Amino acid sequence: MTQTLFDKVWQRHVVHQEPDCPAILFIDLHLIHEVTSPQAFTGLSTRGLKVRRPDRTVATMDHSTPTSKLAVVDAQAQKQLDTLVTNCKAHGVRLYELGNERQGIVHVIGPELGLTQPGMTIVCGDSHTATHGAFGSLAFGIGTSEVEHVLATQCLLQKKAKSLEVRFEGRAGKGVTAKDLILALCAKIGVGGATGHVIEYRGDAVRALSMEGRMTVCNMSIEAGARAGMVAPDDTTFAYLADKEFAPKGRAFDEAVTSWRALATDDGALFDRSVSVDVSALEPMITFGTNPGMGMPITAPVPDPEALVGSERAALEKALAYMALKPGKPLLGQKVDVVFIGSCTNSRLSDLRQAASVMADRKVAQGVRTLVVPGSAAVKKAAEAEGLDRIFRDAGAEWRDAGCSMCIGMNGDQVGPGQYAVSTSNRNFEGRQGPGSRTFLASPLTAAAAAVTGVVTDVRTLMGS
Amino acid sequence: MAGFKQVTSPAVLLTVNDIDTDQIIPARFLTTTTKVGLGQKLFNDWRVDPGFVLNQPAARNAKILVAGHNFGCGSSREHAPWALLDFGFRAVVATSFADIFTNNALKNGLLPVTLPPEPHARLVEQARSGEPITIDLERLMVILPRRDELLFVVDAFARRCLLDGVDELGYILSFHDRIAAYEARQ
Ligand code: SF4
Repeated sequence: MTQTLFDKVWQRHVVHQEPDCPAILFIDLHLIHEVTSPQAFTGLSTRGLKVRRPDRTVATMDHSTPTSKLAVVDAQAQKQLDTLVTNCKAHGVRLYELGNERQGIVHVIGPELGLTQPGMTIVCGDSHTATHGAFGSLAFGIGTSEVEHVLATQCLLQKKAKSLEVRFEGRAGKGVTAKDLILALCAKIGVGGATGHVIEYRGDAVRALSMEGRMTVCNMSIEAGARAGMVAPDDTTFAYLADKEFAPKGRAFDEAVTSWRALATDDGALFDRSVSVDVSALEPMITFGTNPGMGMPITAPVPDPEALVGSERAALEKALAYMALKPGKPLLGQKVDVVFIGSCTNSRLSDLRQAASVMADRKVAQGVRTLVVPGSAAVKKAAEAEGLDRIFRDAGAEWRDAGCSMCIGMNGDQVGPGQYAVSTSNRNFEGRQGPGSRTFLASPLTAAAAAVTGVVTDVRTLMGS
Repeated sequence: MAGFKQVTSPAVLLTVNDIDTDQIIPARFLTTTTKVGLGQKLFNDWRVDPGFVLNQPAARNAKILVAGHNFGCGSSREHAPWALLDFGFRAVVATSFADIFTNNALKNGLLPVTLPPEPHARLVEQARSGEPITIDLERLMVILPRRDELLFVVDAFARRCLLDGVDELGYILSFHDRIAAYEARQ
């Protein structure tokens, strides 16, 4: 029988399934961070249980950690970080804490350390775990109760999701990046468009993406409501993994590649649904509203609620009121207060290079605060080795330490009330980047363009031919 | 975990679509290491508005929240159902829910009830009076003030867990031998 990539990874991990019950799914890699794990460890202790597979569990600190030399925001955040240290010590779990050279955003370090590998099941108490699906792993976010289940048993109870094929076809034009592909998908199918599904991204435009680009795409699968997003592993994947610390080496690597190749969806395998996006027709994308599905080509006018009816109209009216935007007018030229380049969506070396390519020999516009926050300590080091930090600093941007930072505003890095930010992160929800903050999601290129012009700008006008 | 059989209460109507977990419980309140007290921060940033439904006296003792579609989208924070429960809610009715929210809610005894648009609209219409509605998990039914009965579906296993108090972690642990055998094959 023909199978999809998802079918194959799923089937290999079913430990057992009783009739009318969810499957017991084995988890190869469990990533944890400070915010969603403390109550799970408490639950474990209450039952007198230990972590079953510390060797398959890896912890980092990222959400509430400072990204400058300043202290942790408050005593409660500090206590949460201390709790993670205590829990990891007590259970023998590897922890990359603040100051460690391997520390960083959980979805950045997993891949760059080679912990993330094709065919694995990977979970984390974090909805952007789908990022790891870029390697052909089945990776998804779970809640804290489920974190406890995995700590205790290395397994999860799961009902198999439906499958959704998303085809990105055609060649991306100037200024169009992986971020624009996924924002275009969210705009097309909406924030609930893939609920109950695991997406497999296919098509020549996906094949053409680097691993970092694929991670950007998979990262935002959840913003369309999907459980997970996957890309079949290929030579790009294997070349990326070849020199990574925890990837297999030598003969073991060659053997692994053979089995990884076999994961690709069989010809003729069926998906429950299919959607396709013509990449050659895309422009750089930007969001105008308060969820990631409210996006549009950067040259488009803000949509008019009058054109909609019922709850959709109410939703758009509410969003535009929050954003203080007028329908029918373009976003181009909209004044910007803050630019954030970072987050598990766009904080890897290639993202920083893109931003630097726009900011080189230019200055951050007056009155704009620009934060560049690398995704991991390793990304920071690599960026500094090639002088990207100098480009950002010379332009007048702040160059920070690794962490989630202004993506979620838990560490004190926040957008002020009523301020507009162009952000390379993944969520433009009300107050996401700080109470009253107004977020435009876009690519690192578009964010950098806003930084140097002080307004929402079509980056293509700043690029050479 | 709290079980769930039946709840009868007036409903709080918050029929907004795509309510994300950052609204339910903003991220800056997630530095807690326990589950208690989160109800105070439920919808914190929307409660700044004195006219917001949760600020009305009627909301204080309500056990049922009614939303639009795709309730609970966004982050995986289980703090969202913890905050709803801590405030006093036992069930949320919507036309659809985000996947992770559904999982998290069921694991904590907060019942997500999905209704198709038409019955949902009828519920909203009849609940406006403030008269109580009943959600019966045993019969998989919502009973409206005018005695209308609306059917809903809940995952069979999750329903059993809630009704019979089956503990999911205990269930997985009972297959310890099979897990060990799987690991041995790896
Ligand atoms: S960068 Fe943002 S989205 Fe990514 S893990 Fe951190 S807080 Fe979550």
